[in-house]
Amino acid sequence: MKICQLAQIIDARFVCGEEKKEKEISSAFACDLMSDVLAYVNESNGALLSGLANPQVVRTAAMMDMSCVVLVRNKMPDKKTIELAKQNGIVLLQCQHNMYTACGLLFGAGLMGDRG
Amino acid sequence: MSECLKFSYLVEGENFDGAGAASEDTKARLKRLGVSKEVIRKVAISMYEAEINMVIHANGGKADVMICPDKIKVVMKDTGKGIENIEQAMQEGFSTASEQIRSLGFGAGMGLPNMKKYSDSLDIQSQVGVGTVVTMEYNI
Ligand SMILES: Nc1ncnc2c1ncn2[C@@H]1O[C@H](COP(=O)(O)OP(=O)(O)OP(=O)(O)O)[C@@H](O)[C@H]1O
Ligand SMILES: [Mg+2]
Repeated sequence: MKICQLAQIIDARFVCGEEKKEKEISSAFACDLMSDVLAYVNESNGALLSGLANPQVVRTAAMMDMSCVVLVRNKMPDKKTIELAKQNGIVLLQCQHNMYTACGLLFGAGLMGDRG
Repeated sequence: MSECLKFSYLVEGENFDGAGAASEDTKARLKRLGVSKEVIRKVAISMYEAEINMVIHANGGKADVMICPDKIKVVMKDTGKGIENIEQAMQEGFSTASEQIRSLGFGAGMGLPNMKKYSDSLDIQSQVGVGTVVTMEYNI
């Protein structure tokens, strides 16, 4: 699905990268543990859902060639995190839903998990 | 060997937010050099893990990268506290990271196993109280 469709399904707002909203997302991974993202994500151009909002979440996504980071539970990214997302061309989204609900909505809409 | 491209980074110890900048820059350079996606991915993941380790366990250090026609070599050197038992540290799940580091998303004890998985050779030399040198090589 496209990033804009993903955003619509979970009522997310674009923090940065809205110009990439037509980009296709291949799959998703949800985790607060960056070590696990580094160990288990296999597909590129995926979305990372996380309740952590520090620069390393964006950096980890960039290392894995993921396209999009979704911050759940209204987590506010700081300036550095937003700057880093812009630098790395990562779309940063923020939504009100908690992790469980955000994942459930996206899975229900057909976005599959990373086939790690 | 004269055809090798070499560059280095200083990795700051007390700067968690900046951790990964060296790996990020290396990844961008490899991309510009036209290195294959699979190799870039291997280097990026394993170097990033080593760089994070250097920041959270060893107060920073130095990263040397060498790109040759047939291989890439990454050497991460620190003068931190050292690793007491390397075999134990290599086990999935073993970590001495603090609660604070865990709350930042690291400290699952997956870094060293990941570095082994994503490099073609991994060598760790460490001495308690002296420091650690992690060398990783990748075939192109
Ligand atoms: N450069 C280093 N200097 C000192 N100790 C280190 C260094 N690198 C690793 N260690 C030790 O080895 C342990 C295992 O490292 P590893 O990278 O596998 O896990 P971690 O860093 O604790 O967690 P994760 O990598 O999942 O975030 C660390 O907890 C630490 O005790
Ligand atoms: Mg580690």
